[in-house]
Amino acid sequence: MSEQSRIKGLSRRQTLAGLGGVATGLIASPAVILAQSAEAIRFGHLTPRTGFLGPLGEYGVMAADLAAEEINAAGGINGRKLELLKEDSVNPQTASTKAERMIERDKVACIIGEISSASCLTISQVAARNKTLFLNTGGNSDALRGENCNRYMFHVEHQNSMYVKSCGRSLLAQGLVKGKKWFSLTADYAFGHDLSKVAKRFMEANGGQFAADKLVPTDATDFSALLLEIRAAKPDLVISNLAGNQITNFLKQYSEFGLTFPIAGFGFDTALAWAAGKDNFGGTWPCVWHHLIDTPSTKAFVAAFTKKYGKPPENQAWGDYVGVKVMAQSMNELKSIDTAKILEHLEKGAKFDVMKPRQGYFRASDHQLISEMYTITALPAAQVKNQWDLFTSSPPVPGPNEDMEVIATQGDEAVCKMS
Amino acid sequence: MLTLFIQQVLNGLLDGVYYLLIALGLSLIFSLGGIVNLAHGAFYAIGAYLTIVLAPHIGFGGAIIASPVLVALIGIVIERGLFQRFYRSDPILSLLLTFGLAMVAEQSLRMIFGAPPLSFSIPPALRGQIFIGDFIYSRYRALLILIAAACVLGLWFLLQRTAFGRVVRAGVQNPDMVGALGISLQPYMMTVAGIGIGLAGLAGVLLAPIYSIHPAMGQEIITPAFVVVVIGGLGSFWGVVVAALMVGLVKGITIGLGLTQWSTAVIYLMMLLVLLFRPRGLFGERIQRFE
Repeated sequence: MSEQSRIKGLSRRQTLAGLGGVATGLIASPAVILAQSAEAIRFGHLTPRTGFLGPLGEYGVMAADLAAEEINAAGGINGRKLELLKEDSVNPQTASTKAERMIERDKVACIIGEISSASCLTISQVAARNKTLFLNTGGNSDALRGENCNRYMFHVEHQNSMYVKSCGRSLLAQGLVKGKKWFSLTADYAFGHDLSKVAKRFMEANGGQFAADKLVPTDATDFSALLLEIRAAKPDLVISNLAGNQITNFLKQYSEFGLTFPIAGFGFDTALAWAAGKDNFGGTWPCVWHHLIDTPSTKAFVAAFTKKYGKPPENQAWGDYVGVKVMAQSMNELKSIDTAKILEHLEKGAKFDVMKPRQGYFRASDHQLISEMYTITALPAAQVKNQWDLFTSSPPVPGPNEDMEVIATQGDEAVCKMS
Repeated sequence: MLTLFIQQVLNGLLDGVYYLLIALGLSLIFSLGGIVNLAHGAFYAIGAYLTIVLAPHIGFGGAIIASPVLVALIGIVIERGLFQRFYRSDPILSLLLTFGLAMVAEQSLRMIFGAPPLSFSIPPALRGQIFIGDFIYSRYRALLILIAAACVLGLWFLLQRTAFGRVVRAGVQNPDMVGALGISLQPYMMTVAGIGIGLAGLAGVLLAPIYSIHPAMGQEIITPAFVVVVIGGLGSFWGVVVAALMVGLVKGITIGLGLTQWSTAVIYLMMLLVLLFRPRGLFGERIQRFE
């Protein structure tokens, strides 16, 4: 604002002369500029900012900015400033083109971000070809850690299996699996199919069965027809394998039609619960992280984020914040930004504060970050005090005496062969 | 099984009504000015966001009236400032213009309200369900259908039974003749754009409590609305009404047959068939100046 008014105060000629001067200066001294930017260490940040995943991507961008700010305030990386190059990844093709450009032209030290599993795949291929690290902060598909796994890709976001197994534990405890009929709705694209496959494996292993399993087009906004079917099928549990805004639409209409079957989901983001609002949000859902976790680092992060942006961070913000911090911390500990060294450091099981009770580490076999998960349950509307705190949370899953890896893919499920 | 199928068909028919409000305005603006308004969905989104802003102050009832009026005013400003320069010119120009406009509107919403979706619920007084035998329907949707039906009838009355409508219809068929008779079409164009865009705003208000509210929500609704207009025939009032109900019906039948994953594809298939056999749409009239 102040800059604009200052420009308005100048006459047009003054402005032109000034701009000309600056332009001449820029052309005349490229060396100075190059030298300055070589000082900084660049991270490429790619995530969808438009389209149906855009709202989540925006949280990722806000969090990455905050992380970079904090790192620079604390002295940067090996004494050099951290500079984030941020772009909208748009779709898998554009994502790979932009990743290529970030690596080749902008010489980024690593790429962080992404939410779409399909874009994660194309970015990881570019990263592997150029021997650059890619830290996936939002793509959930098991395939990325399975048949599509890749030496240069690490996953902060947790895999679908971890979401299913942690929420599944809660459903088992509520008696909603064994001998029960599930009506499931699945988003008709890669993420949904992958999630549905994992969910089905869990259900069958624990003695449940399907009343129905419906594939839903990703651009479907009206669920009235499916609500009629659910009502006729009288299932014991309604399962959502939906994605993004679909979940919000579904929850709003589920409450509109007054259906009362218990509801649960395997894919989830807190922003979608906030968008549904207290009158509509219901059921049991898995969450990789949420703003009510009681640890000092979560409290500090929530406070800093809320102060900067006027609202609490959601789980996608956690992913990108942790992603940037993990890379910076590794580079500082190693006193190097060499890809091979960082890769080895992460594979050896370096520990990181991931804002949960226990520290997290990357599993060498598939590069999955291993940390605790949570199951959240919607509060009745009457008990909700504000627009953000719509749910209660389970304690960390798995419990303190269990191995954290029990919720991740294991044995036959884990098919990654690093090349 | 059969009852469920009938329920799905009925539900689909009612479902079609939501497309009507958007598609009618789209068709109206095209038929008079030849503007293919890709920004129509953006006005729907603006209507929804205005509701979130206004409802806490003037109630949902107040917002149902105020938001479409405000959106219509924005529409009139845009018609005066932009659309009128593109009347009767190559449709590709208005296509580019409105495409840009849609992006500007979406980005503005993102800058003002943020990218994350916002929440808005059905007002407590309108919550609840209606049971007709075994068929269940939401009270709120029943109200929505009543309002949409009233709009359709009102618009039909305006176009068919008033002096205003006669000029508009004459303007659609032969603008030069209308001009030669000494009638300036300008105020009519402005009013039609206002009404058409206001209807999109109204759809935004009405759907805000049951759909997710986010900056790109206009894109979600504009595609099916275009499909409806193309099937019905550009510029045909009853064509749009029939096509909207048909699209809903076909979707309902598809889901009733258990083919949920085809429910979106099937409406494009319908459009393809119509374009193959009746390129002007089911009720499309020959409009001389566009052919």
